[in-house]
Amino acid sequence: MNALSVRGLTKTYANGVEALKGVDLDVEQGDFFALLGPNGAGKTTLIGIITSLVNKSGGEARVFGYDIDRELEAAKSCIGIVPQEINFNMWESPFTIVVNQAGFYGIERKVARLRAEKYLKQLQLWDKRGGMSRGLSGGMKRRLMIARALMHEPRLLILDEPTAGVDIEIRRSMWDFLREINASGTTIILTTHYLEEAETLCRNIAIINGGRIVERDRMSSLLRRLHVETFVLNLRDPLAAAPALPGYVTRLVDDRTLEVEVSKDETLNDIFARLTALGIEVLSMRNKVNRLEEIFMRLVEGRGAEERGAAFEPVAAAAPGPLAAGARR
Amino acid sequence: MSAVTLPAAAPPLRLGVVRWIGFKTIVIREYGRIIRIWGQTIVPPVVTATLYFVIFGSLIGRRVGAMDGFDYLQYIAPGLIMMQVITNSYGNVVASFFGAKFGKHVEEMLVSPLPSWVIVAGYAAGGVVRGLLVGAAVTVVSLFFAHLHVQHLAVIIAAVLLTSLIFALGGFLNALFAKNFDQVNWIPTFVLTPLTYFGGVFYSISLLPEWARRVSFANPILHMVNAFRYGFLGTSDVNLGVAFALMVLAAVALFATAVMLLERGAGIRD
Repeated sequence: MNALSVRGLTKTYANGVEALKGVDLDVEQGDFFALLGPNGAGKTTLIGIITSLVNKSGGEARVFGYDIDRELEAAKSCIGIVPQEINFNMWESPFTIVVNQAGFYGIERKVARLRAEKYLKQLQLWDKRGGMSRGLSGGMKRRLMIARALMHEPRLLILDEPTAGVDIEIRRSMWDFLREINASGTTIILTTHYLEEAETLCRNIAIINGGRIVERDRMSSLLRRLHVETFVLNLRDPLAAAPALPGYVTRLVDDRTLEVEVSKDETLNDIFARLTALGIEVLSMRNKVNRLEEIFMRLVEGRGAEERGAAFEPVAAAAPGPLAAGARR
Repeated sequence: MSAVTLPAAAPPLRLGVVRWIGFKTIVIREYGRIIRIWGQTIVPPVVTATLYFVIFGSLIGRRVGAMDGFDYLQYIAPGLIMMQVITNSYGNVVASFFGAKFGKHVEEMLVSPLPSWVIVAGYAAGGVVRGLLVGAAVTVVSLFFAHLHVQHLAVIIAAVLLTSLIFALGGFLNALFAKNFDQVNWIPTFVLTPLTYFGGVFYSISLLPEWARRVSFANPILHMVNAFRYGFLGTSDVNLGVAFALMVLAAVALFATAVMLLERGAGIRD
């Protein structure tokens, strides 16, 4: 069963802006799914419609088979949402916020209090349970929204940029926590601008741009379709000009930093052999950008078809994995 | 952050239970808010009412003499109680719901499985709770100034509950449409206050010329105040049956309108 199934979803705002132009999307039960897109692409509108914070203009959406038009209450009871913006009452305590949220989902206060203790402890907020929420740090506020979303133990958890503004240490512990939630059976849909986060956590991905899904595939399949990667090499000795490496595009960023474009058919051993032959020693190496970021930028920046063809294989030519095939229906 | 165990499949949804617990949660939250900020919710109306009793009752009232055969303080006490019930029922919901809209925590309820009518009922009940708390406090204060005899307890309870409900629902509608804090204050300042002052709180409409008396009958607050006063004094400027019929109709119409607008997402959904 799909946790989420969306067909022909459209949204035109009162000011005439077409935020969604016929979105089709399936998210399988148990998936950890990335929904990526630039600002204004339609991610938050799509999530808003699913959670009934935004009225749709057309199309249909089902959550675990429940139609949001005909079985809204059942559909909503399956969803936990961590929104992009802080949206709890700053004058209430974290404990009150999460217990009340459970009440809105029909959970008795006695049970809600026990769950509040469980999730506030797991998200390291138990010590802060009694004070006003406005006193929490940015990272704590984000974690409080995760605890709140889990209070009714949803089958589908939607996280809209949950780690925005959170420091690296907390972000990584949140990743572990989300992995555990997903491993326990909860489907997760994640939107994030940290593409490393999506690449690390998610098994499947959709990229939305201009109100349309422009890519939908397994994360691993998508990453494999990146034909060219750019590596940045830090050199021991300075160079006056970029060395000529036949078959490779090279560029000298500064006298000790060399960029080399490598296609996926070529090996790094060959490059190192040639550099060694030229007497160039490499101290360290890194990807110029995250691989997913590279694909993302190529997709959303609307580069020409020729360029995409050279560096990135579009979906029509992709190896037809089961999810990719489903997305093209 | 440690391990979690969540169910893979949710149990069947018991809609009746969810709605009842959701309703109770909204009321408990509203009550918690009233108590948490008691300095803004309970104390000011009690102070205001005390000033009215001192100035209009003890100081000026002595010179006014009897009104409809009753001591002036006795006559205005039910009206003053009702005035605070109206203001506070309205004020509670408009401030709380607009605050929730402004702070976006209204989304906590909008994403939940609670239907619109439960959310409206919860907020309205919160407004009634505040109206009754303030009404009880002002009644206690009034006992220091006037002798109040309960003639018809059921009429008092019905009138105060219906009035409180009507204005709580009015506050909800105001909050739905308000786009800023100025718009939260417009209705109380330019509509409620004049209607209350011309609603027979301080005088009997038998003192008015014929045309003004006819106009006064169009003021819903006149009917509410007089129904409430009848419970204490056994006298009224209006027909009690008409007063209660108007109140019931108003409550039903406002509730239906609020539910319909919330369902459509007026003022809260794009």
